[in-house]
Amino acid sequence: MARYMLSVFGPAERNEFGDYPSKEAMLEAFADTGAFNEMLESAGHFVFADGLEPATTATTVDGQGERPVFTDGPYLEAKEHLGGFWVIEAADLDEVLALAVQGSKACRGKVEVRPFQSAESFQALLES
Amino acid sequence: MSESAVEAAIGRAHREEWARVVAGLARRFGDLDLAEEATAEAYVAALERWPRDGAPLNPGGWLTTTATRKAIDRLRRESHRDAKHQAAQMLADDAPSDPTGPLEDDRLRLVFTCCHPALAMEARVALTLRLLGGLTVAEIARAFLVHETTMAQRITRAKAKIKAAHVSFRVPSAGDIRERLAGVLAVVYLVFNEGYLASAGDDSLRADLTDEAIRLGRLLRMLLPYDGEVTGLLALMLLADARRAARVSHTGELVVLDEQDRSAWNRTLIIEGHTLVRERIAAVAAGEEPPGRYQLLAAINAVHTAAPSARDTDWPQIVALYDRLVALDPSPIVRLNRAIAVAELDGPDLALAEIDRLTETLDGYHAFHAARADLLRRVGRGGESRAAYDKAIRLAGNPAERAHLTRRRDQLVR
Repeated sequence: MARYMLSVFGPAERNEFGDYPSKEAMLEAFADTGAFNEMLESAGHFVFADGLEPATTATTVDGQGERPVFTDGPYLEAKEHLGGFWVIEAADLDEVLALAVQGSKACRGKVEVRPFQSAESFQALLES
Repeated sequence: MSESAVEAAIGRAHREEWARVVAGLARRFGDLDLAEEATAEAYVAALERWPRDGAPLNPGGWLTTTATRKAIDRLRRESHRDAKHQAAQMLADDAPSDPTGPLEDDRLRLVFTCCHPALAMEARVALTLRLLGGLTVAEIARAFLVHETTMAQRITRAKAKIKAAHVSFRVPSAGDIRERLAGVLAVVYLVFNEGYLASAGDDSLRADLTDEAIRLGRLLRMLLPYDGEVTGLLALMLLADARRAARVSHTGELVVLDEQDRSAWNRTLIIEGHTLVRERIAAVAAGEEPPGRYQLLAAINAVHTAAPSARDTDWPQIVALYDRLVALDPSPIVRLNRAIAVAELDGPDLALAEIDRLTETLDGYHAFHAARADLLRRVGRGGESRAAYDKAIRLAGNPAERAHLTRRRDQLVR
């Protein structure tokens, strides 16, 4: 099994219904996403999933200098930011891509699929 | 064994065995990088050993055994692999996999891995040419007019993604295979088209690329003989390539279909292409599903190559085939090509009206302006024709095509 992060991005500024056009649309998306999460759990893919508060609530921290520097806002300046994510396990890329299609449909957003470093690739990095 | 005989044996082994050796190693070691490098080393060993010892009776077996040894040597040198993992790979059975059918052929797994939809199109093309075609990085870089280091990076990055994202070395599941196969055929057709009419550079036709695409097409047909579109694509490429010698004049100018010397067409390729098209027509008549785009394009090319002259072409048949193609794929380029055929059947006025409807979407496409210039010339609108030729010449990247368009423009009566 390999581990992947499935990220969903949304606009930096959200309206009163999160990223959705209406309350009904929001509730529908939540219900579909909930069902998708349950499917992930019962099929043994689920590791973790959650949604994030808007990017405007983020604080960027630089602790590399003598004194820490705190900056209001996200690290990257962008029109869209990470809004939520899943961490899941799948046999291979084909399997996770098929799951991401369902996740994208459920949450009404594009999903970025990215593999986590494996023990082997990390070891290779250490010894490079 | 003479030097030339050994050279020929190595060349043949390269054409016939490269993909099989890479694919077998990729399955066994689960690592494309290792498979590619070990295979390349085995061919270097062949270059050293065969002239001295003579070519082996079973070149494929010799190359596989040698490449496997090279791969194991490499794994031993790489200390970061944990010992257990390493031992498991080395203990693996030396015998080739026992294929129970073409779907079990390692080369098919390699095809689907190289053409994985998670890879950018240019990466798929590069990987396919390197791992299946056995072209060197320098050859692929030259073919696509990019710097060798850029191409090397593209291939390395694609292999790294396959590894990190865990792309499995397998044939897609029954539910996915159709769509995935369409992606594979698109890669092969792109390679063919770049050779058929190079989009840039000094060489108008790139026989190295068309030959390679046809070789890949033959391999796919061998692996998937009952797939209509696989057969259709091979037939299409054969029938298009059959006209190669007639397509560029001795002055380096592109010769359009109706002006080509048909006696210069390659009869062997035409017969082979026609046989494949007939095979598909019979299969569809026997109840298989209707033809897809490659079969329809092959059929159109079969009608063209069956005609003794442009005038004797069965234009109603060509337009009927384009109608079916438009129903399947109503893209502007398909509609442009249909309109060009309509000009022969119903006259240039009607075709021009159809083409003008595509102006907005195809304004940046040289073939659109070239077709329009030709039709405007035929209906006597010389001034507009000249302007359209100018646009087409500006947009055309192929030198032979530019030469052809320039002559046509300069022949217009002021």
